[in-house]
Amino acid sequence: MDAQLQPITMPKWGMTMTEGRLSAWLVKEGERIATGQEIMEVETEKITNVVEGHVSGLLRRIVVEEGATAPVGALLAVVAETSVPDSEVDAFVAGYAERAGAAGDDADAYPTPRVVEAGPHQLNVLSIGDGDATPVVLIHGFGGDGGTWLFTQDALAKDRPVHVLDLPAHGGSAPTVPSGKLDELAEAVVAALDALGIARAHLVGHSLGGAVALSVAASAPDRVASLGLLAPAGLGGEISSDYIDGFLAADRRKPMKEVLSRLFADPDAMSAEMVENVLRFKRLDGVPEALGAIARNLASGGRQAIDLRDALAATQAPVLAVWGEKDRVIPAAQADGLPANIKVERVADAGHMPMMEAAAAVNRMLAAHLAGADR
Amino acid sequence: MTGMQLSREKLLEAYRMMRTIRVFEDRVSAEMASGDIPGNTHLYAGQEASAVGVCMNLVQSDNIASTHRGHGHCIAKGCDVHGMMAEIFGKDTGICRGKGGSMHIADLSKGMLGANGIVGGGPPLACGAAMTAQVLGRDDVAVVFSGDGAINQGTTAESMNLAQVWKLPVIFAVEDNGFGEATASSFVVAGEIVKRADALGMAFAKVDGVDFFAVHDAAAEAVARARRGEGPTLLHIETPRYYGHFSGDPDNYRTAEEKAAMRRDRDCLTTFRRRVGEAKLLAESDLDAVDAEVQAVIDSAVKAARAAPQPPLDSLTTDVYVRYP
Amino acid sequence: MPQKSFRQALNEALHHEMGRDPTVIVLGEDIAGGAGASGQQDAWGGAFGVTKGLLGAFGPLRVRDTPISESAFVGAAAGAAVTGLRPVAEIMFVDFLGVCFDQIFNQAAKFRYMFGGKAVTPFVLRATYGAGTRSASQHSQALYPIFTHVPGLKVVIPSSPYDAKGLLIQAIRDNDPVIFLENKLLYDTVGEVPDGAYAIPFGEANVLREGGDATIIAFGRMVHFAQEATAILAAEGIDCTVVDPRTTSPLDEDTILETAEETGRVVIVDEANPRCGMAADISSIIAENAFGALKAPIMKVTAPHTPVPYAPNLEAAYLPDAKRIAEAVRKTMAYRK
Repeated sequence: MDAQLQPITMPKWGMTMTEGRLSAWLVKEGERIATGQEIMEVETEKITNVVEGHVSGLLRRIVVEEGATAPVGALLAVVAETSVPDSEVDAFVAGYAERAGAAGDDADAYPTPRVVEAGPHQLNVLSIGDGDATPVVLIHGFGGDGGTWLFTQDALAKDRPVHVLDLPAHGGSAPTVPSGKLDELAEAVVAALDALGIARAHLVGHSLGGAVALSVAASAPDRVASLGLLAPAGLGGEISSDYIDGFLAADRRKPMKEVLSRLFADPDAMSAEMVENVLRFKRLDGVPEALGAIARNLASGGRQAIDLRDALAATQAPVLAVWGEKDRVIPAAQADGLPANIKVERVADAGHMPMMEAAAAVNRMLAAHLAGADR
Repeated sequence: MTGMQLSREKLLEAYRMMRTIRVFEDRVSAEMASGDIPGNTHLYAGQEASAVGVCMNLVQSDNIASTHRGHGHCIAKGCDVHGMMAEIFGKDTGICRGKGGSMHIADLSKGMLGANGIVGGGPPLACGAAMTAQVLGRDDVAVVFSGDGAINQGTTAESMNLAQVWKLPVIFAVEDNGFGEATASSFVVAGEIVKRADALGMAFAKVDGVDFFAVHDAAAEAVARARRGEGPTLLHIETPRYYGHFSGDPDNYRTAEEKAAMRRDRDCLTTFRRRVGEAKLLAESDLDAVDAEVQAVIDSAVKAARAAPQPPLDSLTTDVYVRYP
Repeated sequence: MPQKSFRQALNEALHHEMGRDPTVIVLGEDIAGGAGASGQQDAWGGAFGVTKGLLGAFGPLRVRDTPISESAFVGAAAGAAVTGLRPVAEIMFVDFLGVCFDQIFNQAAKFRYMFGGKAVTPFVLRATYGAGTRSASQHSQALYPIFTHVPGLKVVIPSSPYDAKGLLIQAIRDNDPVIFLENKLLYDTVGEVPDGAYAIPFGEANVLREGGDATIIAFGRMVHFAQEATAILAAEGIDCTVVDPRTTSPLDEDTILETAEETGRVVIVDEANPRCGMAADISSIIAENAFGALKAPIMKVTAPHTPVPYAPNLEAAYLPDAKRIAEAVRKTMAYRK
């Protein structure tokens, strides 16, 4: 590939994305862009996200206009200095589709999830990345699934294997939660580590998944290389029971949309598809009962029923805690007063889903945390 | 057990039911004349031995399907007389809360699947109730009462075939009162009714519907056959219809002489009294006591129905669905 | 997520529900096929193969091949429902309901009301509907407006394999009589369907696409044509919302009105004949409740008021298609700039 001409292409987030809508350019033709700068907004059927540039230089040509939809991998813009003649830019644009086609169909090569037998559980696992570095296991929150890590898994998998795990009764995992207690979920994660042949992993958990990760660190400290806790449960009293009760009660589109919007600082980031996917999950036989059992053990009357602050203080593993300042489910104030050895990051314009709302920033925080923990 | 072998209590029960039907129907006829009953009624008087003769062989978990002329079947299957009278008056205390009226009296808890406004509506429903028993492995049976008019409906022919090929525990009790509305059955029914069953290989019997004991014994055999899993039976029950097709029908298609002779010669109640008297099974005084008790019950039912409130207006839109949406 | 056909999705729903509830039975003409004959048993598994395999799994007492007697077996299903079973009766073509209207309209639909709320009638009647198979006037109709008209019935028209499975499971678990209509040209369509059982609530529209310019409301196979039309229109810069109400009774009036108000332009696509059809019904609901939000007259794209013809060119002209839908949307866009 011509080093003087650099493509900006439609990203692929997760397994099912085949195309995206370029909802906005945040830079103009003729402007200089830098790596890490927010350059465009892309809307998928699941969510809208800001994309940061992975190249720097002069944005020479915008190929796909705002509002248009393009397949994954399609050329959206060209970065090239003025020294490159227009004719070469034209030829690059004209030839790009052909070259991309010749590179093979990436969609078919994308890994597919598998079900692993983890003790009494059948857990859905999607593994991406390889190498000898300590692997990461990503654990979603209450009512969520592996889709939580749409923008996270690929980014972290550049350096190491990254396993996205659906908790029991979530996503593609069977509803096997007789008690719904936190210990049961933590045991399921340890059983999954065994099944995947992982001796020691970095655990990154969101919300309930954070509490699960912390619980694993307490019960099986030798299995945990580090903890990344995103808006974790278990570290303070307050939690939105309205959210949990509303989530349990909602069986139709409109109430579910209202409930899920409380997860985000900007509810417009959420798509109809996300609402539909959650409804589809909740309709499965056994799921409402399992979620109810988990919820009863998690919180009641606006107070968390689990307190893992002692476990956090006792853990020897490096810990990163990340909170969105606008979190309406578990308030960011719970980040205050955590033990001094915990690294705390706050994300200004994010709610309860910082890894989706500020994906690039959170990915950088996690990458730095993992690199530090590896040393 | 034949009818003549029934216990004293059972015989009194049978007589009480027949007498209740007669008094109920005569009273409804009188009340219709007063103008206080809002809808129409089709009266069963004269046919009592049919309903009671059949239903004396049933238990509560057995089901029956009925017709527009259904009051007798309802009483014979155990429906509450007060609730029935209130229903006919269109009151909130009615057995269907005033939403069904005379032609839709039903009490599923008693195995009464409903009177039915559609001639030929009942036979498929009875097949369904019999299918329930068959699938769930119960020995319940289903009886469909229908008239000679319904024998010409496609649903009856289809249901008889279905019951026979599936060996369903169904009894097709065809009450032939000689008239489909105002037309004589001799004018519209081809051939012999029992031969329609015979053509399907179905068991059948023809009985005198004025004789409780004849009906009882034929039905006992049919019910036993059905409970044994040996399939359906057709009973052709010849029975008199004392009133016209509906209350207010001038009944001018029968001569006065014919109607007088019918009431004189073909009365199941007097026939019953004669048979039990001759066999010394019950005393006149026992039966007279029942008559007095029945009269009191019907008086009370009418009084209560007249005094009962109308259904509340908001009940107009309830009970359409169990849950909607 | 596994990909399955519409037919397979329905078959799975029946397997799930018969497996979990011994009172669920299926009955109909040739739902197994081959009974009493010398050859293969379960020869057909239904005229369209939807009930294939049920006979082997659940036996002839619960999987019942019937005589060609719709009045008898549909009425028997109603009688069984009211005495403790959950029957699923299959009628090959909805057109054949002409011979068993009484059992549906006067019996099953009315029990609960006329018996004062005491009856529970968990009765499902599955039937195929729809034109496009060169089957002419007695095997092609879209009669759902007639059922929708009758209080006491619920009416379901799935458009995708996912919906087909979840709506049929809901229909079987539902305690009211349900008419479940399957467009025969959707049987081989494929989509994501979970392996597990799930129920989609009735009266909950599916919003397949959200756009700001116009709202297209469509049922069954017409949903696919509406989606095709949105692709044509998107290329012209017209961005449409697509609403599939999924059930005509109950009807999700809230979603219909909300999306109509959002765009102010509405096109309703209905494979049924136009008089007293769903398009007319929904038009009246919008006109009555969202008149102020309308920027253009409501447009209906329906079959003409004729029986379904046989000749391919006539049948093609009979059915709504993506082109006609797109044209109707353009008209609403051009009405008032």
